[in-house]
Amino acid sequence: MPAQSIWTLLSWGPDGWSDDIASGVLVTVALALATLPIGLVIGFFVAFAKQHEEPALRLAANIYTTVFRGLPELVTLFLFFFGMPLLLQYVVRLFEPEATIDVNSFIAGMIVLALIFSSYASEVFLSAFRAIPKGQYEGGYAIGLSKWRTMRLVILPQLLRIAFPGLENCWLSLLKDTSLVSVVNLAETLRNAGVAARVTKHSFLFYSVAALVFLVLAILSSVATAYIQRSLGRREAR
Amino acid sequence: MSVSQAIAVDRPPPQARGWPRVRIIGYALVGLWGLFGVGIVAYLVHAWNADFFARYAPAYLQGLGTTLSLVAISMVAGAILSLPVAYGRMSKNRILSGLAYCYVYFFRGTPLLVQTYLVYYGIGSFRPELQTVGLWWFFREAFYCGVFAFSLNTAAYQAEILRGAIESVPRGQWEGAASLGLHKLQTLRKVIMPQAIIVALRPYGNELILMIKASAIVAIITVYDLMGNAKLAYAKSFDIQAYIWVAIVYLVLVEILRHGVEWIERRITIHLKR
Repeated sequence: MPAQSIWTLLSWGPDGWSDDIASGVLVTVALALATLPIGLVIGFFVAFAKQHEEPALRLAANIYTTVFRGLPELVTLFLFFFGMPLLLQYVVRLFEPEATIDVNSFIAGMIVLALIFSSYASEVFLSAFRAIPKGQYEGGYAIGLSKWRTMRLVILPQLLRIAFPGLENCWLSLLKDTSLVSVVNLAETLRNAGVAARVTKHSFLFYSVAALVFLVLAILSSVATAYIQRSLGRREAR
Repeated sequence: MSVSQAIAVDRPPPQARGWPRVRIIGYALVGLWGLFGVGIVAYLVHAWNADFFARYAPAYLQGLGTTLSLVAISMVAGAILSLPVAYGRMSKNRILSGLAYCYVYFFRGTPLLVQTYLVYYGIGSFRPELQTVGLWWFFREAFYCGVFAFSLNTAAYQAEILRGAIESVPRGQWEGAASLGLHKLQTLRKVIMPQAIIVALRPYGNELILMIKASAIVAIITVYDLMGNAKLAYAKSFDIQAYIWVAIVYLVLVEILRHGVEWIERRITIHLKR
């Protein structure tokens, strides 16, 4: 292979790999952003169940976090990626004997990341729940709000403000965990960088680029979260 | 008003009896988990294959040994490496603290998988240079590369834990020790560390658990640890129980560690409870 300069390799277009890596970055960001709302909602409900007075609800939520925080991310991913088609196929074949199921790696990654993210986020939400004094609930009920409206109008705004720094950490680890989905052939940043590395034999260069991409994403996230934090702080009642 | 009446008034409202909606949901969810667990057990019993077990159980055991030694070596190496990094982070020297900050930011800001690739494939691609320096034997082995990447990674996290724990001890403790004539190292060892360890124990335990979980990724760079053996077993047999068994082993391992850390924490904070 003729020695190509680093700048050709990193250029945009047929000779360079920047466009491939950029499309991988888009997939990474899309995966993380698609997971975030699902994970937040599940995490909130798991935390809600964990601090509920009903023991059965607490037990169910505790099993959830024990399992998904205890399993390595990679094992969860493989279990879902290989196990889910089998299970779905088994169920679907009860109705339609000829069906075959393939799981899209983006969807599988999204489910697994949401499970992991939500079990970590639920711990953050739980400690935020515990930081809210009981009087806030009682005050809500006293002015005639229903349970649901107290939760939505009184508790949730305070909860989000308390939980925000912890959720930021969860988001950063979610961003890093997206790289694991490259193992099941999703064409995200690390996967595309790996392909470039294998084709051009410049492994160090391209894996450094991948590392740099994740660093830049982390820096961008902290800029964004600092902005959100400021605007949350401004709305705080004094 | 008599005392007994006052107590009767303060009593919390009685527990809701009967079947309120949350209780039904709670039982349904627990039932779902139960069903899931029974399903897995039933599957494992149904798919029980003495041949599979005889062939792969020793490999799994060996893989468990590899995983544990990888994590143990990395944790210890990371702990040693974290000392200068934590020192740098707390130093007043701008250059030193800047360097330590960059180190920590890089290793905490990028995925461990990328770091592992960077070491195994990235550094490994400089084979002629490494051979000249005489380090090729190290970077040729996937296991050593894994240990190298994991040690660097956990050093960054451990440095932050150490720094947080030391900074959580109030400054008056340093000043008090200095006024008693202890020098800095003595103060650190006899006054600061005993207080810092209590703060640091839980984060260290979490870091250990995170390392055990993260160690599964060395399977991707062809190390036959627990996960690597599961991958191999699955590739040979296409039997999903390869992953189910490995999941159970990891789960048990993590739970044992988690309860162990909690037990130690209860023991060393016994003097703080009344």
